[in-house]
Amino acid sequence: MLRRIHALPGVVLALGLTVMALTGVALSVQPALDRLASPAIPVGTSVAALAEAVAARHQGIDSIRVRPDGAVTVAFTDGETRGVERVDPATGAGLGPYHVSETTRVITNLHRAFLTGDAGRAATGAGALAMLVLTVSGTLLLARRLGGAGALLQSIRGTPAQRWHGELGRFAAAGLVLSSLTGAWMSASSFGLIPEHEAAAPMVSASGGAPAPAGTLAALRATDVASLLELTFPAPDDPTDTYGLRTSRGEAQIDAATGAELSFTPATTLDRLNGMIRTLHTGQGAWVLGLVLGLSAAAVPVLGATGIAMWWRRRAARPRIAMNAPARAADTVLLVGSEGNSTWGFAATLHDALTRAGHHVHTAAMNDLQPFSAVTERLLLLAATHGDGAAPASATAFLSRLARQERRVPVAVLGFGDRCFPHFCGYAEEMLAALTANGWPQLLPMKRIDRRSAQEFAQWGRDLGTVLGHDLKLEHVAEPPKTVALELVEREDYGVAVGAPVAILRFRRPGTDGKAGRLPSFEPGDLVGILPPGHPMPRFYSLASSSCDGMLEICVRLRAGGLCSTFLHALAPGDRVEAFIRANPTFRPAAGRAPLILIGAGAGIGPLAGLVRANAAGRPVHLYWGGRSPSSDFLYEHELAQHLAEKRLTSLQTAFSRGPDGGAYVQDRIAADAPRLRELIRQGAQILVCGGRDMAQAVTWALDPIVRPLGLDLPTLKSSGRYVEDVY
Amino acid sequence: MKFVLSAVAATTALIAPVVAEARQVTFETTLKAYGGNGAYVVLYVTDAAGVYKGTLWMAGGKAKYYRHLSDWQRVSGGRPTEIDGITGASIGSGRTLKISLDLADAMIDAGYKVHVDTAVEDGMDNPSEVVVPLDTAASGKPAPGKGYVKSFTVTF
Repeated sequence: MLRRIHALPGVVLALGLTVMALTGVALSVQPALDRLASPAIPVGTSVAALAEAVAARHQGIDSIRVRPDGAVTVAFTDGETRGVERVDPATGAGLGPYHVSETTRVITNLHRAFLTGDAGRAATGAGALAMLVLTVSGTLLLARRLGGAGALLQSIRGTPAQRWHGELGRFAAAGLVLSSLTGAWMSASSFGLIPEHEAAAPMVSASGGAPAPAGTLAALRATDVASLLELTFPAPDDPTDTYGLRTSRGEAQIDAATGAELSFTPATTLDRLNGMIRTLHTGQGAWVLGLVLGLSAAAVPVLGATGIAMWWRRRAARPRIAMNAPARAADTVLLVGSEGNSTWGFAATLHDALTRAGHHVHTAAMNDLQPFSAVTERLLLLAATHGDGAAPASATAFLSRLARQERRVPVAVLGFGDRCFPHFCGYAEEMLAALTANGWPQLLPMKRIDRRSAQEFAQWGRDLGTVLGHDLKLEHVAEPPKTVALELVEREDYGVAVGAPVAILRFRRPGTDGKAGRLPSFEPGDLVGILPPGHPMPRFYSLASSSCDGMLEICVRLRAGGLCSTFLHALAPGDRVEAFIRANPTFRPAAGRAPLILIGAGAGIGPLAGLVRANAAGRPVHLYWGGRSPSSDFLYEHELAQHLAEKRLTSLQTAFSRGPDGGAYVQDRIAADAPRLRELIRQGAQILVCGGRDMAQAVTWALDPIVRPLGLDLPTLKSSGRYVEDVY
Repeated sequence: MKFVLSAVAATTALIAPVVAEARQVTFETTLKAYGGNGAYVVLYVTDAAGVYKGTLWMAGGKAKYYRHLSDWQRVSGGRPTEIDGITGASIGSGRTLKISLDLADAMIDAGYKVHVDTAVEDGMDNPSEVVVPLDTAASGKPAPGKGYVKSFTVTF
């Protein structure tokens, strides 16, 4: 629902709101410029003194006005010459004619009415309301994505468009709410939707005596220029006319002969509110606020562009399901619950594979669950989880619809999510719990797919095939990658003697030295996807180098029967692979000088070694690594020794499972180092873990008792980005 | 911007309730190309002593800006009833406002005067920038204004 009111309306309104925002940005600097250009209005100068000083220079004065932009202007008549000039409020000296530049005028009219009349004003008013709705709904969406309102300031993960959209959105939200609320109010006021106070001043009769000099009038002497809005002078040919004195307090009529206050109409609360809203919207007289609002508005074009990119991507990701069987004829019902559409891509692959295997498959959104027919044999649920573990938009009504089913069929649940989030596959788990509690038989144990892993999906497909009694090959390519050719330059082999061959492989773009192509841009910890020949599904490896190093380095363990690792281990210098980069922004050292604790085992040292190599600034970095044997698979041994000497690496703790001292694992070193690690974490250290899942699990068990005394736990560190994993 | 009013609601004393005793009078106000936002322009009538008799036309729809038409505001009291039904859009830079009204014969050649007040946002307020007598002798003769009015012509 939230997304429905945010995404498409945002796309449709992006252009108009961009015009309003950019003109708003241009206008927002005006108060600061005015502040520099206009002399400050001094406290302690009376209106009478200013009026007298001004009157001395002109034959006739119509009015003295303090404009919202801070300029004090005088409208005067000298014979046939009429004009408006700026004056110094302290001395009344003329500062030249007052005029608003044509540029400012056009920008203002573009901002408030798209250069048209009332129709344009109505459009900008509606635009302001739309901006308010977009800002509020966007903030709620972001909070939901990050795991609740309390998590709103945490780091945002995702594609560059998603990150920019989220970062700028939360940066600008407060300013945009203020601008759009006040703008909508001003628009409503301009159309008379908000009652305007126009209490007519009472008709009074002036004494009719000879006008006294303005400087002698008591009521004007008692009023400070700092509180003045406008002073109108009596018409020269009308002895019954009075001075009109308007201040923030209200409006007074002053007798031109006696200086007595003949009437006073106090400003109403609504008057004050209107004035305050005007200041809050324009920043006139509050130049800092103006600049802040301008900065917020400057984010709008980027929010529009990234929003359109996200919307387009989501649209493009929704696949068309070919040969979708009607629910009454389907033996297999496949339901998808997904906030975005990536899960639909997996569903389409599954649907296709099952159909080819002879099944009649009905694929639909979870909320579209229909009563099972007599031929329905099984239910497959593909459920993505949003940040805080809430039900995806297309699954909100699912559980209640499921409860109405008369027949129960075996069900398999496949959860999609991101292990980095605290509620990994939370919705899928919740659904499974509800199914189990209501006595639904399980077709397969639930499986979780981390970050759209095609491999994990394929594995689940094999398991499903086994249960169904036939082969089920799921080759899902989330987004067909654009690959580049890479050429192996050199390789270092380790671990053969201990039965665990690991190779450090270094690639570059093919071509002779001077003409070698440029590597795509990457950093240690990013992923390289490698397509084994003849297979569309990439395998991902963590990068051990940055593109600045001039080569692409990975560390690959040979797995028995592993298609891609076998292929890579068979490469000789000069051989080529097809590869592409996938950024892994979650696995990065946080900015700053806080210590880094790097923990890894086996080939997981690759990205960690890359991070150490990139640490030219000498930030404190402590590396814990576990291998098998110091004589056979001590990866990066010499390079790490050099980094220690050059202070890129502060300390190195190694553990070898087949070491001379009887064998130890990296988690043993962590447990043994508890006091030091606790102190580092207390100083704000960030922990990066890379390696196999078992190792990562053992590390969390070892670390948990270390951080507990600090009042912390690993989920907290994880959600604040201080504990990040790259686990396979 | 040209529009002609052949008959308007009799909201003021000026407009003849019986057409037989009236004459059609055309007021043409052409503004200078001052290059700002639309001008608020009000046409109204006073007697020889300057006493307000009624408003002919108010160009400009937002009441909160009427205070800038200061002579009109002063003599008329600025009551909404004064301009009820005779209000139109503000007049753009360089544009012309042309209105035709049926005025009672008694108003003509009787010492009454037509005033024009103008005001522009961020510009000048020009109270009574044009004041011309309602005299048939002046028919068709353009009068200049002191502010934004380039010429003001009354044709009987």
